[in-house]
Amino acid sequence: MSGLLAAVDQTGSTGEQIVFWVCALIAVVGAVGMLVSRRAVHSALFIATTMISLAVLYITQGAPFLGMAQIVVYTGAVMMLFLFVLMLIGVDSAESLVETLKGQRIAAIVLAIGFGALLFAAIGNVTVNLAVGIDGANAADGGNVQGIAHLIFDRYLLAFEVTSALLITAALGAMVLAHRERHTPRKSQREQSQDRVRSGEPQNLPGPGVYALHNAVGTPGLLPDGSPTDRSVPEPLRGVSAAVGVDHDDTRRVNALAAGGAIIPGVEEEKS
Amino acid sequence: MNPANYLYLSAILFSIGAVGVLVRRNAIVMFMCVELMLNACNLAFVSFSRINGNLDGQVIAFFVMVVAAAEVVVGLAIIMTIFRTRRSASVDEANLLKY
Repeated sequence: MSGLLAAVDQTGSTGEQIVFWVCALIAVVGAVGMLVSRRAVHSALFIATTMISLAVLYITQGAPFLGMAQIVVYTGAVMMLFLFVLMLIGVDSAESLVETLKGQRIAAIVLAIGFGALLFAAIGNVTVNLAVGIDGANAADGGNVQGIAHLIFDRYLLAFEVTSALLITAALGAMVLAHRERHTPRKSQREQSQDRVRSGEPQNLPGPGVYALHNAVGTPGLLPDGSPTDRSVPEPLRGVSAAVGVDHDDTRRVNALAAGGAIIPGVEEEKS
Repeated sequence: MNPANYLYLSAILFSIGAVGVLVRRNAIVMFMCVELMLNACNLAFVSFSRINGNLDGQVIAFFVMVVAAAEVVVGLAIIMTIFRTRRSASVDEANLLKY
């Protein structure tokens, strides 16, 4: 890290220029990708890319602590929280691209371009003096982390303490919001068993029919009369297994195997 | 290199985030756009810190990160609660208070 920092001199070396242009390109491409991708998961991955390249830019600007915190907090914690919630509410929900307000999309883009132009004009009017760099401030306390610690625990101590109250409030708020109220009392084990007997079917569901030739849980089991039953298949697979059906040739082949015979592939294939 | 380039990049990212908040309808993607805007501000703070030669900008960026983390936790919990009752994360669906 110290070698990396030493490479950043006050005027900005060629190496920094290369890092800047590469990371800036990646960041902007990631941001635009987040904007235009229809699936929320793709958006999350694009913005994670943007955040990592921003972390690299922090480090090249003499802020290694913030760069690491950016990677750990943003890409590590915040984006993974986003992905958790996305998985909870369904990844398949592709957004409909129908405009609900007429002309809103064009208006928003025009507005943002105007706003960006305003910012560009403001930045262009500023003369940036590079006589002072960050290296002196970093070296004053013996390093970037020490310098930030000095500021946080001295000048910004009150703000830091208030931050702890904020974090506790946020944690409590998230627990209260995510908590689901139970409106009916929980059923005891006795009530559950009584319900099961009264339902008319106290026995287990039939097991899936995994034959010697079909190593798949989607294969329906056979009832004693030889007919396949859909209830032996896990619910998400039911439609699929109904389409596949049971190949009765397979059961014959298994029976032949059990009787000590050998499989003669040609004969069965001619039958089917 | 002119450090104002970092500020230009920050302005571009902020504008893209603003377009996203205005255009996208999925609440989670809107949230990601807000995060992008916060990140752009952080980049500007770090650049200001470097230009001015003191670490205060970096400390402010650090506090912005903390607030953003708290905001994400509460916001995502709200989105989940809305999803439970309305079965949708689209901001157009939450219109019970409209009329």
